[in-house]
Order: sequence, then C-alpha cells, then structure tokens
Amino acid sequence: MRAIVIATLCSTALKFTAISAVLLFLAACQTTPEDQNASTAKVEDRKPGAKPGAQPVERPKIAAVDVTQGRKDAASALKDPGSILSKRQIYFDYDKFDVKDEYRPLVEAHARYLRDNPNAKMLIQGNADERGSREYNVALGQRRSDNVKKMLMLLGAREAQVESVSLGEEKPMCAEHSEECWAKNRRGDLLYGGEY
Amino acid sequence: MVVRTIRLLLGAPLLLAAFSAAAQLSIEITGAGAQRIPVAVVPFAGEQALGASSLTAIVRADLERSGLFRGLEVPPLSPLPNENSPVNYGEWRSRLADALVVGSIAPDKEGRMEARFRLYDVVKQAALGGMSLTFSKDNLRSAAHRLSDFVYEKLTGEKGVFSTLIAYVVKRGSVYELQIADADGERSQYLLRSNEPIISPVWSPDGKRIAYVSFESKKPVVYVHHLSENKRQVVASFKGSNSAPAWSPDGKTIAVVLSVEGGSQIYLINSDGSGPRRRIGTSSAIDTEPRYSTDGKFIYFTSDRGGSPQIYRMPSTGGEAQRVTFEGSYNVTPRPSPDGRVLAYVTRNGGKFQVALLDLSNRQVQVITDSDRDESPSYAPNGRMILLATVIGGRGVLSAVSSDGRIKQRLPYAGGDVREPAWGPFLE
Repeated sequence: MRAIVIATLCSTALKFTAISAVLLFLAACQTTPEDQNASTAKVEDRKPGAKPGAQPVERPKIAAVDVTQGRKDAASALKDPGSILSKRQIYFDYDKFDVKDEYRPLVEAHARYLRDNPNAKMLIQGNADERGSREYNVALGQRRSDNVKKMLMLLGAREAQVESVSLGEEKPMCAEHSEECWAKNRRGDLLYGGEY
Repeated sequence: MVVRTIRLLLGAPLLLAAFSAAAQLSIEITGAGAQRIPVAVVPFAGEQALGASSLTAIVRADLERSGLFRGLEVPPLSPLPNENSPVNYGEWRSRLADALVVGSIAPDKEGRMEARFRLYDVVKQAALGGMSLTFSKDNLRSAAHRLSDFVYEKLTGEKGVFSTLIAYVVKRGSVYELQIADADGERSQYLLRSNEPIISPVWSPDGKRIAYVSFESKKPVVYVHHLSENKRQVVASFKGSNSAPAWSPDGKTIAVVLSVEGGSQIYLINSDGSGPRRRIGTSSAIDTEPRYSTDGKFIYFTSDRGGSPQIYRMPSTGGEAQRVTFEGSYNVTPRPSPDGRVLAYVTRNGGKFQVALLDLSNRQVQVITDSDRDESPSYAPNGRMILLATVIGGRGVLSAVSSDGRIKQRLPYAGGDVREPAWGPFLE
C-alpha cells in the first residue's frame, strides 16, 4: 500500500527532471522516505565534481557521532570496575623498570582511550620502594613512569596528553619494611585529568 | 690555647646525659684517646634573680654536645663571682679545670637583659677575652649559643656552630612540615606545612633562603623560600619531575634535576627563577643529587651510567664526568666537606645504608655510622659534625656524628617521623 504511494510521487516528479537526474532520483526513490540522509545525499551528489562512489556522509558520522559517543562510554568506563580502564596500577620488579607483559592489555586500553579522546590528559606517577636515597628513588620512579609513557605513545597517545612524573619513595601504598610491601610500592599510577 | 691534659681512654662507649633540662639528648663518645677539654662554666651573678638561670646551663650543654668539652661540676659559690672578680687560678686548677667562664647578667635600661662574661685559660693563668650581649628574654637561647660559640672558637681555634640553624622535615600522620630549629634541635618552628611530601631542603649560602622539593601539585616542584619574608617562589616546574636542588657557592645558580627532556638529568637555573634552564649533563642514564664542590668548580652527582649508582663529578659548567667512588655497588648522596677535602656520602654496606667519608687526596674510605638506614648527611658549616637522618625503632630521627666518627648524638625527639636534615651556614 505504502509502496504504491511512493511510486506515484516518483512518477509525478519524473515529468520535471532532466534525464541525467532521473537515474539518481530513481535510486533515491528506492530508499524509504523516513531516511533523512537520502535527501542530503542527493544534494551532495549534485555538486559539480562529486564522485558518485565517495560518500561524504561518513564525515559527519565521525565528528558528530563517534567522538561524543566514544567519550561518553569511555568516561564511565574509567570508573567502571568491569572495564580494564578502571585498572590504574602497574607493578614493577625490584631494580626493574620495564612494563611487564601482563600489563600490556592495560596499557593498550589506556592508549586507545587517549587516542580516541584527544582532550583527555593523563598523569603517570612512578614510585619506588623505600630503600636507598630519596632523590635517587625519585629518579627510579621517573624511569618507571617514563617507560609507561613511551609505551602509551607508541600505541597512539600524544605527547601533550601524557605527563610522567615521580613520587620516589614518598607515597608508599604499604608501610611495612618487607619485600611483599616493597613490591606494592614499586608502582606506576595512572591518573586522568580531574583525578589529581 | 688550652693544653688538653685530660685523656679519656675508653674501650666501651660512654653515655653522657646532657645537662639541659629541655634537651633530651644523648651523646656517645667512642674509641680510645678521646680528649675533652674540662671547662667550668660558673652560674652568672644575677641570673637566678632574673629567671635566666638556663643561660649557663645551655652554654654547658652546647659545649658538652660538641664532644670536645667536659663541663665540670661547679660547687655552690657565694657570692657568685662575676666577669670583674679576681680569678683564683690555683683553686680552679685543683678542680682540674682547663678553662673557666664567669660572668653576670642584669636588666638594661630598655628592659632587656645584658650578659657580660670572661673566659680564662686556667693552665696559662690568662684571660682569653670576653663579650657583652644584650637580648630580650625570648632570645636567651640565642645569647647562650653566641656565648658558646665564643668559648668554642677561643679554645679550639675554629668557629662554633651553636648559633646556626638546621632545617628538616617532620611527617606527622598525613601532614608534612619543613621545620627550622636551633642547631641543638630546640625552638623548632615550621616554615611550610603541607598535605603532600616535602624533600631535599637545602640552605642558600647566605642562610636567607631554603630551596626544597614539594609535591603539593602531585609532582615534584622546586621552590625557593625566603625565610624572613615568608615568601616563596617556584623556580623549577617543568613538565615531568623537578627535584634535587643544590646552590652554587655564590647563591646565584641552582643545579636541579629535571625530567622534561626524558630521564633524570642535571640542569642549571637562576636562583631567582629568571632565565632559561641550561642542561649540563648529557647521559642517557640517571644523573641526580648534584652538589657543588666547595670551590664551585665541580658538581658531584649520583649516576647509574656504569650500571650501579656511583658518585661522579663534572665541571660545574658541564663537560666530561669522572667517577669518584669505586668501592661497593651503591654509593649515593655526595656531600663535599666545607674545606673541600672530604666527600661524605651514603654507601650500602651488606644491605645497610651508612655514611662514609672519602678523603679526596688519598682516596681512603671510612664508614662512620653503624645503623641500618642512615641517609641525607649534612655537614655543619665548620666541618666538625655531620647531621643525618636515621631510623630507630621504626621512627625517623636525626642524629649527628663527628667527622672523625667518634662522637655520636641523637637530637631531641621532635614528634613524628623526622628526615631530610640540612645544616644551615654561619650567620652574620
């Protein structure tokens, strides 16, 4: 029933259009009338030089849909215990500074988030255990946070988004003087803008 | 000069209680051949009537604390002698005094106090000079320290440090305070109170400013704090970490460690925060804890460029570095002595962190402390003592050790966890 009405409207319009436009108009008539993009597409395609195969329709999709939607979803994911993005701690071995393989998915997820959210900012705080000089431990914590930053940037985060700093041995998570405790203090913490 | 006639031959550590009621200080003197000059500090005429009897008690405690003097018990004398009384040298000699301090104290016209005293060499039977000091009651301790400095200098030939100040950090719960106190740990007051850590305080050569690292903006930033103006300014807050400040001897430049170009590298900045940063190190390793040599020509620093943290030095304008420490696998925190002849540093010794001294002329190393976690050594401006942070009973405390390692003291407990001591310069 509805298909018959559309066919009637199309055939009426045919009387007033040039031959070249007829084929395109017929193509538009094959879509449903509720599709707003259909009329937009028609106008775009009428511009001189426009290639029928390249769809400029994709552009508004990226700017208007992907970014806002991505931002909304990921922002809640940062706090969602079910999301890997809520995991913010990277632990390091004694006298070691490389990000262990087990943390690769975590770093990749944060790199993806930073890549997809160019306005997001991150502070990486490196930490060291209490043994030895306080200033040397600041340098050791820095080496850890620098390594996390390098990995994030290799995976798509931008220099301006990420700052790596060190808290040395000054902010231990665990205060006892044991290897178990020190392991918890050799750590990198990832903080997003607004969290520090 | 007083002849040092008293020799204490000690096999075991000797513990002496300090005499000042306020200072809960312990002094330990170890090793054979400890020589202490016996000195009699007679209560000053008039001090009891003025409620200022702590004056001579503080002087005696100061002198004792140096480890170079032994305060003699003085019998009750009536009337008390003053600076103008004739001295009975024979009687003081029979009490084994090498030196004698007598004086008086009286209110002056402005309602302040005036103390006058003389110092005598009992052995040579000669006056060594005297002084007159005026002060308000609040400054009684300052007057006592000045008097102690006078006695110390006359009897040892080197300047005393009793009037100098120390800075250190106290952590109580989650609050951090950068405190300033007299060299004996008394009269402490805070310069900065923060909810975030404060580390690495270091005095400007003129004693008017302190540079330190504060984490109040969730990362290390270097500040210069003007003591009397209660004004502070950020001098290094580049992207990344800003840490480990060290003053040049002329006070115009501060060496700092920045991570702005990646890693931890040494830069120079102007101490007033003006002008650009100048990078002087070029390593891809950690370079940190810079300290100017006493003559300002070199910068000592800690680096792991050789695989383990060791101390190196380079020209203070930048250039090739030479390794300075070789023994052991962890040598950090270089602190040149005021005369430039010795380098104090922290060494790891079988899992324990202790203070070592390296004689820069003959390369001899001597470990002078024996605790597990000694750190942040800081020379007194006369080079005699080294203040350091240690941990006793799980709590951070300050202690001091003489530069020959024989005299060890613990400073009065300041409450909380105490760390990061910095001994201030001589004050004008």
